[in-house]
Amino acid sequence: MTVLTQIRRNDQPIYLDYQATTPLDPRVLEAMMPYFTYKFGNPHSRSHAYGWEAEEAVEKARGQVAKLIGADEKEVIFTSGATESNNLAIKGAAEFYKDRRDHIVTTVTEHKCVLDTCRHLEQQGFKVTYLPVQKSGLVDLDQLRAAVTDKTVVVSIMAVNNEIGVIQPLAEIGKICREKGAFFHTDAAQAAGKIPLDVEAMNIDLMSISGHKIYGPKGIGALYVRRRPRVRLVALINGGGQERGFRSGTLPTPLCVGLGEAAEIAMKEMDAESKRLKKLQERLLKGLQSKLPEIYINGDLDHRIPGNLNISFAYVEGESLMMGIKGLSVSSGSACTSASLEPSYVLRALGVDEELAHTSLRIGLGRFTTEQEVDTAVEELVRHVNKLREMSPLWEMAQEGIDLKSIEWAAH
Amino acid sequence: MAYSDKLIDHYENPRNIGTLDKNSEDVGTGLVGAPACGDVMKLQIKVGPDGLIEDAKFKTFGCGSAIASSSLVTEWVKGKTIDEAETIKNTDIAKHLALPPVKIHCSVLAEDAIKAAIADYRAKATQKIVKPVEQAAEAAE
Repeated sequence: MTVLTQIRRNDQPIYLDYQATTPLDPRVLEAMMPYFTYKFGNPHSRSHAYGWEAEEAVEKARGQVAKLIGADEKEVIFTSGATESNNLAIKGAAEFYKDRRDHIVTTVTEHKCVLDTCRHLEQQGFKVTYLPVQKSGLVDLDQLRAAVTDKTVVVSIMAVNNEIGVIQPLAEIGKICREKGAFFHTDAAQAAGKIPLDVEAMNIDLMSISGHKIYGPKGIGALYVRRRPRVRLVALINGGGQERGFRSGTLPTPLCVGLGEAAEIAMKEMDAESKRLKKLQERLLKGLQSKLPEIYINGDLDHRIPGNLNISFAYVEGESLMMGIKGLSVSSGSACTSASLEPSYVLRALGVDEELAHTSLRIGLGRFTTEQEVDTAVEELVRHVNKLREMSPLWEMAQEGIDLKSIEWAAH
Repeated sequence: MAYSDKLIDHYENPRNIGTLDKNSEDVGTGLVGAPACGDVMKLQIKVGPDGLIEDAKFKTFGCGSAIASSSLVTEWVKGKTIDEAETIKNTDIAKHLALPPVKIHCSVLAEDAIKAAIADYRAKATQKIVKPVEQAAEAAE
């Protein structure tokens, strides 16, 4: 059963893109397997043992997810992933309360699925405030307080940013929302299982969770929906009324079991794992900083999950760097990696210069990252950054003491 | 994104990286693009007494396609007259490297870089001719 024990084949590059997705933990796969095969019952079948068995597994998983975020299991509904959860939370609340409240507050650095949902609601006549963020990537609480009104139905602010890993001040945001009577929705896809989350202490009313970001399967997520005070949502998917009517459709038992198991493992190992990752993050950063001048960290380093580093390697374009470091799988904020040819909107929102945004890499560390892999990554990065700087006209000009900003570049 | 073998070869083994003396009269320098757009190319040509481009060097800040495009044109211009070099088309570069549509602008930039280098060389050459005439005029006064 090599499939159960081996995460990476030796001929594959080192995986350093844990914010994009995570490998399924072998322990999670093991918990899921029976529900693909002999425990195949429909969890909504009430008339026989197959159904009961599946239902029991689904309800156990629901409890495991609830426990991770300090919720009651009745407050957790399963969805297809964080994108659906975000859609359901924001559209569902906006639609239900639209007669009384028609305003939504969010930030410019949210994931595209939140921003696109908000754009959609604007077309439906809702008003949306897109709050800027500070250079650190964190929201300004005074600006938030000023933006939330008695017409605001939901404030949607992500817990941890997917590009720069910064952690928003959730408890403070929750307090402001509660004072103003607006619901607080947080997209916790990158936060759940990585930092302690408590829906009570943080006054969170709606929270989106993704399975595949926490070593669980793809295709499953969850939405926490507060019961007291009750949050009501209009469903996106109608049907048999499963999941308290919020989300019809037969639950995918193995995926639910996988999400539950992943949540339980993440919770148990959170303390030790975040200490381990913090050490790896420091090792990576120190390794790079000691060997390369002119590298810049994007976003606040202290208020950040330990599994993320977003770094600009000045004078070296991100895509060309990724082409060089063939032994590493990372992602870039460079325009050249996106179809739109626009550099990362998250980095731009921090006030990172466009030329530096083009030189950024996101390096994601996770459960299966080793010290050896970090050392190899440092070596490869240093070698290729130096090589590309040698062929960079900008590096050459900077070395000659020319201020690149003083040059009138022809935009094209 | 899958790149062609030729493109990867130029990226991994770029030809003619380097710098020529931009103040030399027989060197033309083109600097095109902008850091904010994510690509800047510096292309230099050195023209021999016989009118042929005897050397070409480049430095590029940009994606793999931009690096490969500029590397390729330094190979192409060598041994050509500047009039011949001027006829190099971005479409030829794109075709040779099999650039994906989203990367066509890299080949456009490479063509611009050659044109800019040639223009710089020509401006210098004109000055060279103009100077003695001016000196003669001054002497006459």
